[in-house]
Amino acid sequence: MNKTVNQKAWFFVAPVLILVAFNAIVPLMTVVNYSVQETFGDNVFFWAGLRWFEEILRSPRFHDALGRQLFFTGTILAIEIPLGVIIALAMPRKGPWVSVCLVLMAMPLLIPWNVVGAMWNIFGLPEIGLLGKTLNTIGFDYNYTRQPGDAWFTLILMDVWHWTSLVVLLAYAGLVSIPDAYYQAARIDGASSWAIFRYIQLPKMKRVLTIAVLLRFMDSFNIYTEPSVLTGGGPGNSTTLLSLDLVKIALGQFDLGPAAAMSLIYFLVILLFSWIFYTVMTRGEEQ
Amino acid sequence: MDDVVMFSAKWWTLPLGKTWMAWTPATASFFLFIVLAITVMGVWEYYRPGGDPRRGVFAIDTTRGDRLFISLLGSAFIFIAWLFFVGSPLWWPMGIVACWFVFVFRYV
Repeated sequence: MNKTVNQKAWFFVAPVLILVAFNAIVPLMTVVNYSVQETFGDNVFFWAGLRWFEEILRSPRFHDALGRQLFFTGTILAIEIPLGVIIALAMPRKGPWVSVCLVLMAMPLLIPWNVVGAMWNIFGLPEIGLLGKTLNTIGFDYNYTRQPGDAWFTLILMDVWHWTSLVVLLAYAGLVSIPDAYYQAARIDGASSWAIFRYIQLPKMKRVLTIAVLLRFMDSFNIYTEPSVLTGGGPGNSTTLLSLDLVKIALGQFDLGPAAAMSLIYFLVILLFSWIFYTVMTRGEEQ
Repeated sequence: MDDVVMFSAKWWTLPLGKTWMAWTPATASFFLFIVLAITVMGVWEYYRPGGDPRRGVFAIDTTRGDRLFISLLGSAFIFIAWLFFVGSPLWWPMGIVACWFVFVFRYV
């Protein structure tokens, strides 16, 4: 059969291309332009070469923020992915409880990000917050506004509460798509629960879990609103993640050149990790 | 003692008009290179089809487009590493990047 060639299809793609060009490519080009220049406002720019890249790459402030970011992303991925899979496995596949579970799971995802930050900000307050007050009452010296460890605990707990549902829903979608015949065959073979999980459920969830890992990695690496509202990067700089630091440089200090250079390094790190995750997780699928 | 030159003013670094996008000939040529690379890939594929996935030294399946992506991403990190460990200018890493491109397109 001959392949249909229809160049008119390009016209249908054109609106999307134009939209992407304006909301992604043009801003990215501008950031590249800013990253090698200095400005004091009024659209007047002076060439600075690679100065900002050298400055950012060698700045302890950037190293610390990157370290905190990697720690945050690594921790939430290590918690949310297995937890999401466990919850998805525990959810019913048939009956009236399916809808109840799905609605409950979708709830945290429907709440605006700044509201999540504000909720946890109040929830964790040691004097009036349910979490803070309870922890202090049972003997823990908990105060996320003063102690960096507590701030990290609250930040990670908030992210796990907010985003594990996404992993659950994706993993659940993967699980319900497995035909019953697989389970029947496993039962005939006398497979254990672990064997069913390892050789049937996990391989069938691989695609959706790849998406879950990539989405959670990119989102958590870009996270800004929730930590900004919850801790504002504090106490001190202890929870200042890359995006918070970037906003401080770009909007607080109005250092557009260094901020642009930092954005590009930030972007390249995300691109590299996403590519590695994607390549590793989809390797051998084509065979 | 020579005065410290804060900002250079070579022709290829001067602004191309007073616009918010702050174009300069240097940054424009960077994007031109990427557009040109993608165009050359298209022309190459049109005249000499052969962009199907193959498995190279990294044991991953790559098409020609993938290899361009890996080359560009790797180049960015070669430049970043050089800036971190040595600093500007970037003439030496430019040579390394050229070798990297050849390596990726030939063996990956």
